Amino acid sequence: MINTNCQILHNSSDRILMGHGGGGRLTRQLIEEVFYPAFGNPLLAQSHDGCVFDVEEGYKLAVTTDSFVVSPVFFPGGDIGHLAVNGSVNDLACCGARPLYLTAGFILEEGLPVDTLRKVVASMRRAAGMAGVRIIAGDTKVVERGRCDALYINTTGIGLVPPGVRIAPERAREGDVVICSGPIGAHGVAVMSERESLGFSTSLRSDTAPLNHLTACLLEGGLKAEVHVMRDPTRGGVATALNEIALAASVHIALEEDSLPIPEAVTAAADMLGLDPLYIANEGILLVILPGECAAEALGIMRGRPEGREAAVIGRVEAGRPSVRIRTPFGGSRVVDMPMGEQLPRIC
Amino acid sequence: MRYTVEYRNKEHITGLTRAISQMTTRAWRIMEICGGQTHAIARYRLEDMLPHGIRLLHGPGCPVCVTPEGLVDCAIALATDSGATLATFGDMMRVPGSRGTLMEARAEGADVRVMYAPLDAVALAAATPGREVVFFAIGFETTLAAHLAALSEAVRRGLGNFSLLTSFFTVPPAMEAILSDPSCEVDAFLAAGHVCAVTGYAGYRRIAETFARPVVVTGFEPADLLYGIYHSVRLLEGGETRAVVNAYRRAVSEEGNLRQQALINEMLEPSDGEWRGIGLLPSGCLRLRKPYEGYDAIVKFALRDAAGERTSASATGCMAGEIMLGKKLPAECPHFGADCLPDHPAGAPMASTEGVCAAYYRYRTSKTINI
Amino acid sequence: MCLAIPGKIISIDRSTPSMAMAEADFGGIVKNICVEWVEVKTGDYVLAHAGMAISVIDAGEARETLNDLDAIARSLYPPSLP
Repeated sequence: MINTNCQILHNSSDRILMGHGGGGRLTRQLIEEVFYPAFGNPLLAQSHDGCVFDVEEGYKLAVTTDSFVVSPVFFPGGDIGHLAVNGSVNDLACCGARPLYLTAGFILEEGLPVDTLRKVVASMRRAAGMAGVRIIAGDTKVVERGRCDALYINTTGIGLVPPGVRIAPERAREGDVVICSGPIGAHGVAVMSERESLGFSTSLRSDTAPLNHLTACLLEGGLKAEVHVMRDPTRGGVATALNEIALAASVHIALEEDSLPIPEAVTAAADMLGLDPLYIANEGILLVILPGECAAEALGIMRGRPEGREAAVIGRVEAGRPSVRIRTPFGGSRVVDMPMGEQLPRIC
Repeated sequence: MRYTVEYRNKEHITGLTRAISQMTTRAWRIMEICGGQTHAIARYRLEDMLPHGIRLLHGPGCPVCVTPEGLVDCAIALATDSGATLATFGDMMRVPGSRGTLMEARAEGADVRVMYAPLDAVALAAATPGREVVFFAIGFETTLAAHLAALSEAVRRGLGNFSLLTSFFTVPPAMEAILSDPSCEVDAFLAAGHVCAVTGYAGYRRIAETFARPVVVTGFEPADLLYGIYHSVRLLEGGETRAVVNAYRRAVSEEGNLRQQALINEMLEPSDGEWRGIGLLPSGCLRLRKPYEGYDAIVKFALRDAAGERTSASATGCMAGEIMLGKKLPAECPHFGADCLPDHPAGAPMASTEGVCAAYYRYRTSKTINI
Repeated sequence: MCLAIPGKIISIDRSTPSMAMAEADFGGIVKNICVEWVEVKTGDYVLAHAGMAISVIDAGEARETLNDLDAIARSLYPPSLP
């Protein structure tokens, strides 16, 4: 008797077939040939539906989950795999947690070259290595061609929050400053440059990077109690992140347009497409909110790490109606709103 | 030189605002007719820097805003009922027609594509020979060549599956309509620099002469805009009301882009047409000439000529027309910021990012509106 | 209207009849635009709108305007008529 699934498996292993999501031998093969070699560790090797581990005394547990659907899958400076790891690592880091473990759920489109999956998995492995996390559980589903765009990844992250750390958006208060760790907008512009409908070239690369080492330096460097808020301004950009914080803490945030670290090419792309850099996505910058008197110390710590080299104060937290405003270089000031849905390029 | 950042110099801005204040002896109302300029004025809060007497009025300078509702309906019908691929600029996606927006049509399964350049739609038509591709081509003079170049290329390549749904406007008739209104409050015009880059500005001499209103060709950077306002005030204060001045000389010449003008004249002819919120303007629109009629989506798909349909803006209480004619400010509309917001606009000036209401809402100060 | 931005022409491709295209650098963003309807050479700056060059920037006039703005800022007012 010949198992037809097996035939398919051995005859055309270069494409994802519906059977790869079936939970059977093809699924097993994918796990053993693609995922285990990349992520292999004793916890993942428990090979169970879930993973069980010890929690250290006095520590709190942080859990986050995020799904990644970026198109195209590969873009200058990164790919969906980098994002999927760094996204959850950074969400944990912004809770003040030390990221430990990730789970990874894959939704694959029928027909996806297995080679594409391997490349993505390899960059997840590299990203996990850089962040110092392990991928300890996973899931794979395959959907019919056309029902997803190449592949989607969901990651869930688990981390430990050390005693004494209390990071939360509602802790922003009057007298705090807003520090931005690096250039704004590079990721969004790098991804847009690869979209067929826009098609431009740029030396800008996605800033995708793990932020947990930077946050750890801040918290372990003596500012554990002083750091009020940390946030990675991903989708929706700096404007959205700060609006959410202003709302949560019921404070006003005043930005200085002159002090925003916006690379020339980001400004150029934004001018060309009629977008505002404050709404463009980032994947490797950190916003830190802490008392003004700690700003110099925090900047010193952040600038000591490559991912924080260009850290700068970009604004201040003030009393007032929950909102974000920006002072123009010429003295006026305007509201920086929550974005309205999808950012569309415009010509007029 | 980048020809952008150099015109954002703080000393220049301060110098200009000081000079404008020194010159101003009475109230003047200056209208720009360009959504890009409206946007920049709001973004840099230029109005806050001007003396109290100087009021900026924001004219009907957004082709998205003045595109008739009926044409948005045609676009949606093409993408849904006719099964065509409808491509357009991102600007048009949120503009409400009588049966919703293109964004909603896309969500319901219509093939609607956002594009940056009309030529990209020609490439799409070439790549999908079995499928009709319609570019919803909106624009003032600035954008016409981009649309017509795309059409010429489609003709040259023999692409029978490409057509344009046109919504073309020409600026001078709108200025004349505004000036002909007995209650017109405009003292001077800032002419849109990028329109003038194509058309030149010789045509404005007759308007300035006839209506005794100075016209200043103006750019888009903050110093450019204040420079345009500076010259407007200088001409008004000096009584030179019939003057036309070019304050955007690096990009605009008196005769304009003659090659593009020739292309436009070859392929388009003036037509009477509806400006949403304003009404029918004699020779206010442009349409494809007879030899190109086969590429006009309205003709090709036998859609009824919706461009002539009146919009029902007044039914919703939207004050778009009065706002675009400079009679009202967005904040004077009861819907502005209340039930008319960028995510659910009641009228086109709020739907288009470039629209005056959207610009005012987005960059509002606590002075202009209390939300 | 509207969004037109200055870009420097890097190279021109006249291989397609009546559709001269050029690579233009917009402050670090390189994009192909149509230059068929302007008189342009490599190194020139053009104003581009919706993928189309609409005008060639006159460097001398650009400088003149800046000189005039300098004069206004230095209170050498009133300046010469443009």
